Amino acid sequence: MTTPVSSMVLVLVGSVIGSVGAIFLKSGAHAVNRNWTSIAFNWRLAVGIATYLASSVLFVKGMSNGELSVLFPLVSLGYVCTLVWSRLFFKEVITKVKLAGVGLILVGIAFLSLGSR
Amino acid sequence: MTPATTAPEVHVPDPAKRKLAIIIVLACTVLVAIGQYLIKLGANRLSHAGLVATMIGIFTIPQLFAGYCLYGVFTVLFVFALRHGELSVLYPLIALGYVWVTITAVVAFHESMNPFKIVGLLVIILGVAVLGFGGGAGAE
Repeated sequence: MTTPVSSMVLVLVGSVIGSVGAIFLKSGAHAVNRNWTSIAFNWRLAVGIATYLASSVLFVKGMSNGELSVLFPLVSLGYVCTLVWSRLFFKEVITKVKLAGVGLILVGIAFLSLGSR
Repeated sequence: MTPATTAPEVHVPDPAKRKLAIIIVLACTVLVAIGQYLIKLGANRLSHAGLVATMIGIFTIPQLFAGYCLYGVFTVLFVFALRHGELSVLYPLIALGYVWVTITAVVAFHESMNPFKIVGLLVIILGVAVLGFGGGAGAE
């Protein structure tokens, strides 16, 4: 079984879109309070959830044709993007510890995909 | 409670709540793993379906529907966690799901385990531990 390029593109785009969705989820989460309108009329949460759904649809499409050993590492691109977004949008400090943690996760996923051949 | 009109760009984290956020996300990875497995099962039925057929399939294929319901529960919990923790710590923690998926595949479906997979799982667990225990150090 080989993995078509179209599946790789779908999964790649899906993981980047998913990480963008997380930005909206987080900024929406901060606007939530005990008043139900803060959830019902929370456009950031709505955009975040819609973006997340869109990325899942792309994942389903991508994963339906292809090997997990090829597609898994592409999903991990989302983690790298998230570090960049966190710094840009939430002024979070990207410490060496965070880089080490994410780096280890990426290495682990690479090993997993080698083992899934 | 912060007013709905002002979403603070810089959030001052409370250590106890930050820890709770990390625990919630780690627990969520179990939900995501089950969800992903169900979605993968359902997706096999959709290998040549178009985008619209895929979206309809989410509601008509039981495995896909159940998988997405779990994703829904995950999203609610994740939003709660994001209120109290940093995105750069919490989002990569979701990678722990790979560990559950691989273990389930080996234990329940007799997929082969090999040295690459074992090293991969251990390194992912190490990475998650590094993020979980030390990731908040530079939060201020």
